[in-house]
Amino acid sequence: MDIIPALIDGIYQALAPINLALCVIGVIVGLFVGAMPGLGSVNGVAILLPFTFVIQDITGTATSPMIFLAAIYYGAMYGGAISSITLGIPGASTAVATTFDGRPLALKGKAELALVTAAIASFIGATVANVFFTAFAPPLATVALKFGNPEIFALMLLAFSTFIGLGGDDIPKTLISIALGLVLATVGFDIITGEPRLQFGDPFDLFPATAGLIDTTGFSHGIRFLVLAIGVYGIGEMIWTINSTRGEVTMTEANVTFRSVLSAIKQFPKAMKGTMVGSFLGFFVGILPAAGATPGSLMAYGVTKMFSRDKESYGKGNVNGVAAPEAANNSASTGAMLPMMTLGIPGSPTTAVLLAGMVIWGLQPGPLLFSEQPDFVWPLIGSFYVSNLVAVLVNLAFIPVFLWMLRMPFTILAPMIFVLSVIGTYAAYQNMFDVWLMLLFGIGAYLLRILDYPLAPAVLAIVLGPIAEPTMRQSLILSDGSFSIFFTRPISGPIMIVAVILILLPVLNWLRVSMRKSPPV
Amino acid sequence: MRRAELVTAFVLAFFSMYLMWKSGEGPSWNPDIARFDNIGFDETGAPGSGFWPFWLSLVMLLSSIWVMVNWWRRTSPPSQSDAPYMDGYSWRMLLFIGGGLFAFLGVIEWLGFYAGIFLFLIYYLRFLGKHAWRQTLLIAILTPVFCFFFFDVAMRIVLPKGLTEPLFLPLYELFL
Repeated sequence: MDIIPALIDGIYQALAPINLALCVIGVIVGLFVGAMPGLGSVNGVAILLPFTFVIQDITGTATSPMIFLAAIYYGAMYGGAISSITLGIPGASTAVATTFDGRPLALKGKAELALVTAAIASFIGATVANVFFTAFAPPLATVALKFGNPEIFALMLLAFSTFIGLGGDDIPKTLISIALGLVLATVGFDIITGEPRLQFGDPFDLFPATAGLIDTTGFSHGIRFLVLAIGVYGIGEMIWTINSTRGEVTMTEANVTFRSVLSAIKQFPKAMKGTMVGSFLGFFVGILPAAGATPGSLMAYGVTKMFSRDKESYGKGNVNGVAAPEAANNSASTGAMLPMMTLGIPGSPTTAVLLAGMVIWGLQPGPLLFSEQPDFVWPLIGSFYVSNLVAVLVNLAFIPVFLWMLRMPFTILAPMIFVLSVIGTYAAYQNMFDVWLMLLFGIGAYLLRILDYPLAPAVLAIVLGPIAEPTMRQSLILSDGSFSIFFTRPISGPIMIVAVILILLPVLNWLRVSMRKSPPV
Repeated sequence: MRRAELVTAFVLAFFSMYLMWKSGEGPSWNPDIARFDNIGFDETGAPGSGFWPFWLSLVMLLSSIWVMVNWWRRTSPPSQSDAPYMDGYSWRMLLFIGGGLFAFLGVIEWLGFYAGIFLFLIYYLRFLGKHAWRQTLLIAILTPVFCFFFFDVAMRIVLPKGLTEPLFLPLYELFL
């Protein structure tokens, strides 16, 4: 199918009343979760995923719930800037870099200039990324159609190795997170041999006295992705935020009027450089698994500053310092959709939730999506353009409303999130066992989070595990147990080599540092 | 922070050994399969059902030991930090919020979702959040009412009511 007519048709379908309404609601929800400190796009989509079944029930397609979640994702990227600028604390990790110059601008009494610059830069970033996505996705999906099990496994390994090589977190802790997520994904039944495994039938068989103490029959259906995702992002992150902010924030007033918005728009050309750097860089960083919008926005800020003539003005309220990260996080969020839609490999925790959603709605993610489900793909891509336009308009029009909502005390927001998490988990599987498990994961995630254990790899791993394991084992069956199959095939070979290099990168770095430290011989 | 880092690494190490032990379990219907028979390749070259979880748990075990080594060499930030793992505020918060959530789920099992939400919101808003009674009651009553209409009525997901089930019978008559 030709791209342009398909895209026009997709946009047309995204403008259908129900889809347009979902775009608007999704964007508003996204702006809200993005703006609320402690909540980001991933919390929003994870907590609301169970509620999308009702959308699927009403519309009868998987497209509408996906449009809704994608709109939340979009809105959240815009929303993060609002609290970064007015509260000085990022609404989401993706908006950390926005505080660097956004907050100084607000303190100078130019909050509305920062807010408008952020909104327009976000719009441009997302638009550039949408065009890239539309151009790159179909050919990439066509190439990916040739992939067999070894290639898919190689891609999975690449996804995990980017966490190790580029993630920037403590390496053994990242490894623990990945391994734990992958092992949790194996609980239930082995789909190849049909054997039950890790069901913890008598969990303490080492101590016979404890037999039958805990009812573990719930493990027979496996550990569902949502149970972990809601636990980590609905409970764990929330408690962590309450602990780290201690509920004390000061808000800068922003006096947003039609005239001040207009004057800020007129000043926007000054921020064009940062916007452009962010738009382009963000997309490509976003494609990389493990990278995504947060490093994308930090990198865009750094690069813009590096190539600027007055570096001193950064950190003191340079509009380019607001535009670059904001353009980049929007662009990166679309970039992260590219491997998710074409290869079935999510580039960020949020896209991992979207991928899990697609499976729940009965779609088979992967390269076949483009050829077999054009009715799903193109309206969704069309909705990217529509949501983006809706987001910039809603954002500019309702800044005062969001500022008002940000005054909602955490002591009201937090219990509501907890209630939503509990109900959402129950509604998804109608099983109290999963709700208890979700709470345990949440508390565990909080305890690990304090010690800098990264949790996003575990969330990605529990989504990718059920794909990675069978592809690996089927490849090994194909090769009679020889691992060379992954290295000798023309596509999987190079991917494996890149993955191995990424895994070794920290080791090489460590060697380099210790060589330099050791005295010359 | 230092002690917590080490304790956590030990807990994770023991947990991964437990997972390795459990991964090696054959299916209960076939007692002929010895423990750890399923973690390698069978005679046809196909990996067994315990292959993936066993070796990944081993990766986890080795990584936990790596964390301990980093602790000993003081190379990771938490192993250098003198700050307490959790100060008084953190402990209190975890106790009140975490404990509240456990109690919330317990009440759900006993009195059902709607009574649970009502009581949890009163506990949180009034006793943790110190909000006025009027605001507390407004939110604590409206939230379950909204949830009832959203889940039980609109989505037809009937949330468990526990002991409070009889109270809902007239509502079922009216709306379902």
